Amino acid sequence: MGKIYEIVIGLEVHVELATKTKIFCGCSTEFGGAPNSHTCPVCTGMPGSLPVLNRQVLEYAIAVGLATNCEITRYAKFDRKNYFYPDNPQNYQISQLYLPICRNGHVEIETNAGKKLIGIHEIHMEEDAGKLVHDDWEDCTLVDYNRSGVPLIEIVSEPDMRSAEEVITYLENLRMLISYLGASDCKLQEGSMRADVNLSVREAGSEKYGTRTEMKNLNSFKAITHAIEGERERQIERLEEGKTIIQETRRWDDNKEASFAMRSKEDAQDYRYFPDPDLAPIQVSEKMMDAIRVKQPEFRPEKMARYQQEYDIPTYDIEIITGSKHMADIFEETVAACGQPKKVSNWLMVETMRLLKEHEMDPEDIHFSPVHLAKLIQMIDEKKINGSVGKEVFEQIFEHDVDPEKYVEEKGLLTVNDTGALKKVIEEIVQKNPQSVEDYRSGKEKAIGFLVGQTMKAMQGKADPAQINQILKELL
Amino acid sequence: MDILSCTAVQLAAGIKAKEITAVEAMQAVLHQIEQKEKTYHCYVTIEPERALKEAAEVQRRIEAGELTGPLAGVPAAVKDNMCTKNMLTTCSSRILGNFVPAYSAEAVKNLEKAGAVVIGKTNMDEFAMGSTTETSAFGPTCNPVDPEHVPGGSSGGSAAAVALGECVVALGSDTGGSIRQPASYCGVVGLKPTYGTVSRYGLIAYGSSLDQIGPLSKDVADAAAVLEAITSHDEKDSTSLDRKNTDFTSALTVGVRGMKIGIPRDYFGEGLDQEVKEAVLNAAKVLKEAGAEIEEFDLGMVEYAIPAYYTIATAEASSNLERFDGIKYGYRTKEFEGLHNMYKKTRSEGFGAEVKRRIMLGSFVLSSGYYDAYYLKALRTKAMIKKAFNEAFEKYDLILGPVAPTTAPKLGSSLSDPLKMYLGDIYTISVNLAGLPGISVPCGKDSQGLPIGLQLIADCFQEKKMIQAAYSFEQIYVGDSFSSKKAGCGKENR
Repeated sequence: MGKIYEIVIGLEVHVELATKTKIFCGCSTEFGGAPNSHTCPVCTGMPGSLPVLNRQVLEYAIAVGLATNCEITRYAKFDRKNYFYPDNPQNYQISQLYLPICRNGHVEIETNAGKKLIGIHEIHMEEDAGKLVHDDWEDCTLVDYNRSGVPLIEIVSEPDMRSAEEVITYLENLRMLISYLGASDCKLQEGSMRADVNLSVREAGSEKYGTRTEMKNLNSFKAITHAIEGERERQIERLEEGKTIIQETRRWDDNKEASFAMRSKEDAQDYRYFPDPDLAPIQVSEKMMDAIRVKQPEFRPEKMARYQQEYDIPTYDIEIITGSKHMADIFEETVAACGQPKKVSNWLMVETMRLLKEHEMDPEDIHFSPVHLAKLIQMIDEKKINGSVGKEVFEQIFEHDVDPEKYVEEKGLLTVNDTGALKKVIEEIVQKNPQSVEDYRSGKEKAIGFLVGQTMKAMQGKADPAQINQILKELL
Repeated sequence: MDILSCTAVQLAAGIKAKEITAVEAMQAVLHQIEQKEKTYHCYVTIEPERALKEAAEVQRRIEAGELTGPLAGVPAAVKDNMCTKNMLTTCSSRILGNFVPAYSAEAVKNLEKAGAVVIGKTNMDEFAMGSTTETSAFGPTCNPVDPEHVPGGSSGGSAAAVALGECVVALGSDTGGSIRQPASYCGVVGLKPTYGTVSRYGLIAYGSSLDQIGPLSKDVADAAAVLEAITSHDEKDSTSLDRKNTDFTSALTVGVRGMKIGIPRDYFGEGLDQEVKEAVLNAAKVLKEAGAEIEEFDLGMVEYAIPAYYTIATAEASSNLERFDGIKYGYRTKEFEGLHNMYKKTRSEGFGAEVKRRIMLGSFVLSSGYYDAYYLKALRTKAMIKKAFNEAFEKYDLILGPVAPTTAPKLGSSLSDPLKMYLGDIYTISVNLAGLPGISVPCGKDSQGLPIGLQLIADCFQEKKMIQAAYSFEQIYVGDSFSSKKAGCGKENR
């Protein structure tokens, strides 16, 4: 009774790289084609076919390695991992064991407990497998090789994490780094980022690691958090009962909120790894390293610090905007075009976020031109249109990337700045609404609002409410 | 014009000179196949209709001046481990007994681009594993000189077909001697190029780091012409090299004066048949008399070549052959319970004994705990063998030796003792381990009339030197070989 336990967690994170073609052939990586429509002799393991490395895969892997402070292996190799399964057309997966492309890195995380470095043991490149589809009607299993050969990197951390919070923060940082690089969209739900959790418990203060289990099938941060809590309790319970932990792979069932043993270490296969003789060793030249270094973007922490200095916008806004490199790029380009960071930030924080939610889109999906938003902001500043017309126009910019100047002109939405014409309309409104005029004059300030509204209606929105207000006051 | 005794170069010249057409040449070869095939069984697949149609098309292109090379209109055969689009490709194995590829191997494409017409696919040891063509699931090929003997292997079908006139030239593949040894046993020329010279794309892999495609032909000139045609830098093969100066036919000149040729003493020790030894040393004498400097030396590492080879080749093979599982193509067992039972039964029934032996050996040497002791050690041995050759080539332009310790053994005498069969590869295997080019040229016959081959080995990329020496020997040497029979072929005579 009363023992204090500590959890020790290491992660194996698979990230699907955003290349147009597969890792060892020219087939498209696009999602959702008809079964086996994105295949060729190479990715279906036809006799005599040979793999050729997609250079972009190597560049992305190195870029991720640099972003995670890894040493880049200048002489790397691919190895074959041999196992029989129908989704694996060659019955070996081309991966890296002996000389992975990146080693000995780290990612900094910050939680309530402060800052901490999480070690990266290695990052290696490998190919994804196909997909088995069971046909209940015919009672047979079919294989779709569209995913076969889609490039992956596996990021293996050191067992440096001690809580679910650290795990989630680490994953969020990884996701941010990788999406800033454009190397992957890192969507857990869609499987472009997958995390396996290696977890053990030990008494606090103990130097020795406990026996670990590996949990698979975790496809949301929520599932990861629950799985960690559940596995922690399960292991502690066993230890308290005097039982030992079995080294095994467990599958998390999100519906049952529990994990189930898949296979133990005793069933572990001998993968008979050996260097793939079909692929020449990878020689990473200094020139290639330089080219990749030059292309490394400004990552989120530096970007946030710079925004704090350069722009007078709230920290909260900075967090949201830099949460997506794409959004941050749009922000910076728009500011460059109109010079009003606060207003740009507002359009992104309020209207853009609202529309994204409404259309069930991610910030990455924003496709309007920054210059169009900049023009819109200027037009409002110059009172060419009023705020509510502005919102209407922005919806068009967001959806169809229209040029606001042209759109406003075509639709006749320009604010009427002809004071004479406006005055004439206001006079009519005043005449038609003697009661409101009476009310105002007898001290009911609110009544003027009604008159402004009526004027706006008559003007079909194409007026500046402040200007109407002023003219009304003069008239009355 | 006696078509069957013509070399490819002579035949193509005859077609160009309108003495004969590509279709007539093909008909003559098909007729010869009809006469001989029952006895010798060189082919797994023969497609006469396709061959004749293709020959007619090639003839049209020759007449239109589109095809002018030394292989235009020449009937050719392809070893059955190279993919041929829409043509059965079995590797002489039951497991690929029904496999029809959707694409052609790069080497086959290049051969066809040069105007050669593919007749069919030649018999071989199953998945190129063997030295006699007896491990073929479709029955052995017989030696063209004496059908009671083996033709060698694994490219035995290609070598025998060339010798019998069942084709004019053929492609083979050489992982540990599979082109040179059958060439030697059948009395034809066989050339294994530097690793990376000919694309392996479409070659069904046995030992990927050792496999190389090359020609089997009636003489050295044809071998040079075929090699020139099939050499290419192929981006689909990561091990393919971008070579310069691949005009191998330009090396077809007589002259070995000043060439330094080393004879490794290690190649003439115990186990070498006396008649083979005499024939090979006589060949050295011929070259010496022609002006070459001949010197004996100790190559070293020879006894380690066989264990290193059988470790590396079988390790790679165990992985390469995993894809044959009954799921996607090829043979699948009829009745099974569940996936693993299907795998086991399919592979048990689909592979022959020698293939299974090598898969097991290869799986063993790669297994956890043994990898360092066997596979890694074999790779280190390979590097040391390469070093031994590098040192030799600092002194010599070429290395000369026998191709095999004996002439062709009798059918049925080899498989019972696989270790003895493996030892027969001793002179050819290290060439593959070191990635070097090697050629086998006929240099005599034993008392039973069985052919003996002379092996010349060059440093990487030095095929031209090797071709020049082999061509010189062929022109000077007077023996019972194809080159001496050439007089019967047309008016042309180089």
